[in-house]
Amino acid sequence: MTEVPTNVIQRVLSGLGRFSLMVAEVLRSLTTQRLSGRDLVDQLHFIGVKSQMVVLVTGAFTGMVLCAQTYFQFHKVKMDTATLAVVSVSMCGELGPVLTALMVAGRVGASMAAQLGTMRVTEQIDALRTLATHPIDYLVVPRVVATMIAVPLLTAESIAVGILAAYLVGVHLLQIDPGYSLVNMQRFTDHRDVLMGFIKSFIFGGIIATTGCYKGIHCGQGAEGVGHATTEAVVYASIAILISNFFLTLLLTRLLALI
Amino acid sequence: MIKVRQLRKRFGDQQVLDGVDLTIEKGESLVIIGRSGGGKSVLLKHIVGLTPPDSGQVLVDGQDIAHLNERALLAVRRKFGMLFQSAALFDSLTVEENIAFVLSRERNHTPEEISRRVAEALEMVEMPGVQKKKPAELSGGMRKRVGLARAIIYRPEVVFYDEPTTGLDPVVSDSIDKLIVRVCERLKVTTVVITHDMRSMQAVGRRVAMLHHGRIYTSGTPVELMASADPVVSRFVRGISDEKEHTF
Ligand SMILES: Nc1ncnc2c1ncn2[C@@H]1O[C@H](COP(=O)(O)OP(=O)(O)OP(=O)(O)O)[C@@H](O)[C@H]1O
Ligand SMILES: [Mg+2]
Repeated sequence: MTEVPTNVIQRVLSGLGRFSLMVAEVLRSLTTQRLSGRDLVDQLHFIGVKSQMVVLVTGAFTGMVLCAQTYFQFHKVKMDTATLAVVSVSMCGELGPVLTALMVAGRVGASMAAQLGTMRVTEQIDALRTLATHPIDYLVVPRVVATMIAVPLLTAESIAVGILAAYLVGVHLLQIDPGYSLVNMQRFTDHRDVLMGFIKSFIFGGIIATTGCYKGIHCGQGAEGVGHATTEAVVYASIAILISNFFLTLLLTRLLALI
Repeated sequence: MIKVRQLRKRFGDQQVLDGVDLTIEKGESLVIIGRSGGGKSVLLKHIVGLTPPDSGQVLVDGQDIAHLNERALLAVRRKFGMLFQSAALFDSLTVEENIAFVLSRERNHTPEEISRRVAEALEMVEMPGVQKKKPAELSGGMRKRVGLARAIIYRPEVVFYDEPTTGLDPVVSDSIDKLIVRVCERLKVTTVVITHDMRSMQAVGRRVAMLHHGRIYTSGTPVELMASADPVVSRFVRGISDEKEHTF
């Protein structure tokens, strides 16, 4: 089927090539094929509803620790009431999207790779193909679309919970003045921060689902192959999220400054 | 209607198919026999376009499918039904959803029609009333029969059966053989069966082809093969192993 790659570079390049072909096929499928509503809802349920716990805990504790740490530093220079502004800006633009995406990659990306990988090694993907169904249409597209819808929503939720938790910690535990804090928070957080978080999480959603599905569909043989695929899906998605986050911050800051 | 020409496939350093030539006529029933690990399942996967060959052609109604892209292949595969050796049922779906897979994706069948046809198909494979079970709750032989029902329910023109009776008791085996013959004759379906079971070879095959060392070694009617004087063929059909294979 494919030549045995003779070295790492070749392997990486052929992997990237197959990955791009898969993404192209997803786009083609999106524009030409009808997406089954039921499959989409199933996936949304799995990704969105069942990730609640993870996202709430991540959001809340990140907000809380960020608030405490910022307060300890700002208190020294008597800037207590700017604490929540820092929390809100960094939750919206960076921590909310990145941490939510990492958590979802661990939960959802891994299970996509394991599920599709198992289907591949048990010939279910071949069976699908003989039943005149494109695996991309039936398996990949609903997952990608659902993840790209769910991750931004989960991110918004985690940001909201994070800020709320930070407010509670700041006001009730650290005795920061609530009135000034809220005013400052609104003054320093603008729609660009929110938009940045939204765009990032949308892209991260795409990264998680395409990586998970790619690793699953191109999984090696047997239980070992599935194990590998699962691990790699999480590792690659996490790395891709962290790296792309840096560039997205640079790019989006420039772009959003224009509006 | 299906022509295989000089098909070659290598996995690593193992030449599994080494120039297979095979013609499958419309409406015929062909049995493929050959040693375990000889490449029968691999050959079948090439014929339905699941695996691309290293070289050679697979012509379906004159069209070379060996190098078609996946979307174009889907249309060709609608003519095919395939029972996998491992059954390959979708384990997240129920038996009913498995069998109805193609029908429910075609969107021109009512739910009543679908459930009636699923019930009929299950009746045919002698497994009525298991609609709501998951594949994991079935025995190996039952899974195979569900796979068979899934392969024939949408009335394909050609059905490929990869070892349909392996793992079934003799009585069910016999009824599956009869079912295959019935499907072939009543629905005018072209039938290709891989089997190790000489009884079912004689029951379903009008023609038998033997795959040996990556090629079609011989072909003929079941009677001819059973009576063959060729050492390779006669050893196979009588089930006599090489002496040396027993020496450790
Ligand atoms: N995906 C694959 N990768 C590497 N080798 C493979 C692959 N598929 C099959 N083979 C090899 O090809 C050979 C033929 O396999 P195949 O499954 O076609 O045998 P078979 O004739 O169907 O045997 P059986 O009667 O036991 O089912 C085997 O030796 C197997 O090791
Ligand atoms: Mg086989």
